[in-house]
Amino acid sequence: MEPNTKNHKPKLKLAVYWAAACGGCCVSVLDVHEKLYQVTELADLVFWPIALDIKYKDVEALPHGFIDVTLFNGAIRNSENQYMAMLLREKSKIMVAYGSCAHLGGIPGLANFSNREAIFDRVYHTSESTVNSTGTIPLPNVEVPEGTLHIPVFFDEVKPLDKVVCVDYYLPGCPPQTERLLEVFTAIATGAELPSKKSVIGAWDKTQCDECERKKSDKKTIKRFFRPFEVEDDGETCFLEQGILCMGPATRGGCGYRCIKGNAPCRGCYGPPPDVHDPGAKMMSAIGTMIDSNAPEEISEIVDQIADPAGTFYRFSLPASIIRRRIS
Amino acid sequence: MEYQPTIVSFLCNWCSYTGADLAGTSRTKYAPNIRIVRVMCSGRVDPTFVMKAFREGADGVLICGCHPGDCHYHEGNYKCLRRYHLIRKYIEQMGISPERLRLEWISASEGKQFAELADEMTADLLKLGPVNIKNVLEEV
Repeated sequence: MEPNTKNHKPKLKLAVYWAAACGGCCVSVLDVHEKLYQVTELADLVFWPIALDIKYKDVEALPHGFIDVTLFNGAIRNSENQYMAMLLREKSKIMVAYGSCAHLGGIPGLANFSNREAIFDRVYHTSESTVNSTGTIPLPNVEVPEGTLHIPVFFDEVKPLDKVVCVDYYLPGCPPQTERLLEVFTAIATGAELPSKKSVIGAWDKTQCDECERKKSDKKTIKRFFRPFEVEDDGETCFLEQGILCMGPATRGGCGYRCIKGNAPCRGCYGPPPDVHDPGAKMMSAIGTMIDSNAPEEISEIVDQIADPAGTFYRFSLPASIIRRRIS
Repeated sequence: MEYQPTIVSFLCNWCSYTGADLAGTSRTKYAPNIRIVRVMCSGRVDPTFVMKAFREGADGVLICGCHPGDCHYHEGNYKCLRRYHLIRKYIEQMGISPERLRLEWISASEGKQFAELADEMTADLLKLGPVNIKNVLEEV
C-alpha cells in the first residue's frame, strides 16, 4: 500500500551530539532497544556521531533551524565543544541539554577543582603512566612543513551547556533514564503541549526521598559517617540513618531511584529540585540538621569523617554552583 | 584604592541583632566594614547565603546567634553550628580560607562584644587580603 502522503506529518529531524562526555548518554539513547524503530518512524536522525558517519561540514551546510530537536550531551571543556554547541543551536529549533554534564557540568565538571595548567602538568608530565621525555604539551596551533595544524583550545574551566548557548529544555540524569527520554520524545513527536521553555523535563519536582521506599524514622541522626563499604547495609533502612551519605534530600526524583534499589546511595545526578540555586548548599543544610551533637569539637570530628565534602555534595553540579570553581 | 574588607554578617533577630543595635544606641565606635543582614534565627542561615555572599565579593562572612541554650527556637543555633563546620570545610576546598567565615554567639546585652568582634574580624581580614573572587570567576 502506498504511504498516505497527503496528511502525512513531515518526519522530525533529530540530532544527538556529545561534547565533554563519556558516551553513556548516547548509549542511553540506544537503550531504547527495539523502540528505536518507533523513533525512526517518527524521526530522521540527521547527526549522531556515535552511530552515523556525518561530518561537521555536513552540519555546517544545513539551513538554519533545519534540525527540530538536538539532544546535546556533555559539558563544554574546549573550543570544539563550544563551537559545536553554537553551531547546533543555530541549526536547531529545540536545544535539549541532555544528561548531567550538559545540565550542570557533571563529572567532567569536577575538573573545576583544578585548572588548565595543573591538569596539563598532571597529564603530560607527572602521571605515572606518562612517558614524555621531550616535555611536549598540546598547542592549539602547530607549524609543520605541510602548513598549520589546529587542535581545539582547552579551556581553564568546564561549563554547562547553558553558559555558552541558550538551552530550551534540560533532561537530567547520568545518564537520563531511557523511559523519560521516550516520554519526552513522544511528546515532541506527537505535537503535545510542551512545558515552558528553560524547564527541566523528564524528571519530577519532588526529591528522591519523597519516592524512596526505604524505611525512614523521625529520628534521623548521624553520630558517625561511614563510606558504603564500611557498613553492612540491611537493604531497607534509609541510608542517611545508617550514616551513609545519600544525596536523596537534595536531588530530584524521576530516575526511578535505581541506585537506591540497587542498594547504593543516591549520588545526585538528577540535580537539585526546582528553585534550588546551589545543590551542595542544600545538602549541607540538610546534613547540618542530622549531625547528632551540640559540642563544637565533636561536630568538627564528625564533619571530618566526610573525606571530600565539596566533591560529594557537588559531584555532578560543581560548574553550575554558586562558587563554580576553585578560587586560587 | 586601599583595600577595605567587606564583611557580610547575618545576625539573629532575638539576640545578636539586638546586641548590634545596643552597640549602636550606646554609640560604641566600631569598624564600618560590616554589612548586617537580619535573619530570624542563625538556623535560618542557609549555606547558600554564605556562598552567595562570597560570590558577590564579600571578603568575610560573620554569622552571629544566641549563646548555646538561649536560642529562641530552642536549637536553631546548634543547627547553624553544624552547618558552619561543613561550610568551613567546603570553602577551604574551593580555595577560600576558612578563617573568612566566623560564627560567634552574641547576646542582646553584648553590644560591646559585638563592636570588638567587628574590629577584630576587620583586622584579621586586612591581614588576609581580598578574595578576588570576581576577578577569577568573571575573567573566563
